[in-house]
Amino acid sequence: MSRAALLVLADGRFPAGGHAHSGGAEAAVKAGRITDAASLEEFCRGRLHTGAAMTAALAAAAALGVDPTGLDRAADARTPSPALRVAARKLGRQLMRAARATWPHPELDALAQRFPKGAHQPVVLGLTARAAGLGPEDAAYCSAYEGVSGPATAVVRLLGLDPFDATAVLARLAPELDRVAQDAVDAARRAMTDGVDALPARSAPLLEIGAEVHAGWPVRLFAS
Amino acid sequence: MHLDHSHHGPSAVSADAHRPDGTRRALRIGLGGPVGSGKTATVAALCRALREELSLAVVTNDIYTREDAEFLLREAVLPPERISAVETGACPHTAIRDDISANLEAVEDLEDEVGPLDLILVESGGDNLTATFSKGLVDAQIFVIDVAGGDDIPRKGGPGVSTADLLVVNKTDLAPYVGSDLARMAADAKAQRGELPVVLQSLRSEEGVRDVADWVRARLAAWTA
Amino acid sequence: MTAPGGVRATAAIVARGDGRGGTSLPVLEGEGPLALRRTRGSGTEARVMLVGAMSGPLGGDHFTVDARAEQGAALWIGSAAATLALPGQDKAAARYDVRLTVADGAELHWLPEQLISAHGSDLYVGTRVDLATSARLVLREEQVLGRTGEEPGRLTSRLTVRIAGRCVLDQELACGPGAPGGWDGPAGLAGHRAVGQLVVARPEFATAPPAARVLADGAAVMPLPGPAALVTAVAPDALRLRRLLDAGLASLC
Repeated sequence: MSRAALLVLADGRFPAGGHAHSGGAEAAVKAGRITDAASLEEFCRGRLHTGAAMTAALAAAAALGVDPTGLDRAADARTPSPALRVAARKLGRQLMRAARATWPHPELDALAQRFPKGAHQPVVLGLTARAAGLGPEDAAYCSAYEGVSGPATAVVRLLGLDPFDATAVLARLAPELDRVAQDAVDAARRAMTDGVDALPARSAPLLEIGAEVHAGWPVRLFAS
Repeated sequence: MHLDHSHHGPSAVSADAHRPDGTRRALRIGLGGPVGSGKTATVAALCRALREELSLAVVTNDIYTREDAEFLLREAVLPPERISAVETGACPHTAIRDDISANLEAVEDLEDEVGPLDLILVESGGDNLTATFSKGLVDAQIFVIDVAGGDDIPRKGGPGVSTADLLVVNKTDLAPYVGSDLARMAADAKAQRGELPVVLQSLRSEEGVRDVADWVRARLAAWTA
Repeated sequence: MTAPGGVRATAAIVARGDGRGGTSLPVLEGEGPLALRRTRGSGTEARVMLVGAMSGPLGGDHFTVDARAEQGAALWIGSAAATLALPGQDKAAARYDVRLTVADGAELHWLPEQLISAHGSDLYVGTRVDLATSARLVLREEQVLGRTGEEPGRLTSRLTVRIAGRCVLDQELACGPGAPGGWDGPAGLAGHRAVGQLVVARPEFATAPPAARVLADGAAVMPLPGPAALVTAVAPDALRLRRLLDAGLASLC
């Protein structure tokens, strides 16, 4: 594998649409639940151990070669908010475009044909890692990190939060992120033999509810 | 894993001039420029001028999502299914230049859903003078500035002013009131842009958007030739 | 893992259409903390109450409820009181499994009272629902974190719903001391002490899915990827939570 390929895929400037999504932070800021670096950290911590742990496991499983259609269904069942399902497919489609231009691969082509309007983003991410010659750990790390870096960047824009503080939040979460990524790979390996039920399904109630509140706003800065 | 093979299925190359079914895709023209210079008004006027002769659609990239799309809907310049709003996460220049993936989905969805289309106008949210469109997203771009924003903007230059395929100096009717020197703006623009065209327009005048519409027609004729 | 010294209790319910427009209960077997009582039903429906004969589950206990609504049955299951998860003597975790199966043309209401996670308790609840294509379901789960003014125990609750074999909902909620970080933060519960889920499944939703709807700042109706909808709500207390879930149910009727 190429370690540099991981940097390309994990780069926040990788053109796959993530910049327009706040990962629920815009709704939480508006509701007054994120007001500073400390509340951003708790928000990110909650997201890391729920939605991001789930997407990391899906991505790792896709990178291991678990059937992507089954993983896409597992992602659907683990995403009760229809607004979040729409966002995940939108981002999946955008990532698919970037991935096929960057690391052309028949498995990506097959998934694009199976889901012309987009598969869940972590499933595409896992296959992208595979196409780039990366492994399940890499896919899990990318997904888990995106799960917290997106909200942190968004809050810098939404609250005018000091960008050094926001980056320090991400650095403080790093040890937990290591554990989440490792657990995700373990779960993905179990899914190879036991099926997708072995993947984590931990949810964060206010992320789901907040996504629906956000989707109903007539005016907003971020797509989700 | 094999990385060296040809790929099939829907196009993965954004600037490809053909759609997956082999037909030629619509010409895409971007409109950028500072806040309040009249981009949305120019888009609305272009839609009115061209909608009888062309099949067209609009993608907006707002700062606050849907504001410009709502304006176009209220003005009823096109049926609602021909107007699509892309959410930009507070950064229109990112969505039109650095990460064009959402805009590409939007233009392709419009072609799928209301096509065949001759022309898609992609409007940026108001941004700064350095904001230009990626060549992976549009085939040509129009940069719209106005006389009220200061008559030194053409002289200052910047990628939008100096490299856009068409520079529009808008609101010429206001020049006497804001003390802008139109002749100087035109001369400065010429100095920055060389042979690239400049249009001075007032949407309040009888000619309105005529010159810009003619320029669009010429681009389209070249595209389909 | 439950400790060998804990109580193991099982309740089994099978409901069946009696062919005369009513519902019979050929199996109604409970024991100890999961005693069952048939109560007066309305119309075609059979009603069963879980009547806890002792408190629990305590640490180390393992309870299982298995309820099946077979063809033509309309089964309603409630509980006489809230379930209180309490710490055991040996610090072991407790486990509560609920298996609900609904056949084509049958209907199940699973509407127990709240589950209260008392300080020091450690409980895993696994609820697995299997519905046939034309089965109907109303399921409500409410978790209350701690008795009044009390820190909660640890509670993990996983809810899966399958319709015709396809999983339409797989969701786990983990909260309390020892749960993964951030559970009470701005993404999780943000200080709310009551959280609940209401699932409504109906074959009609396959062609006319309910619209997504925000009921309040802390509650939303969410159509699932199948003929079912989930209402998720958070609230400061059990009373307000119940009102939100009732409003969600009413909006789906």
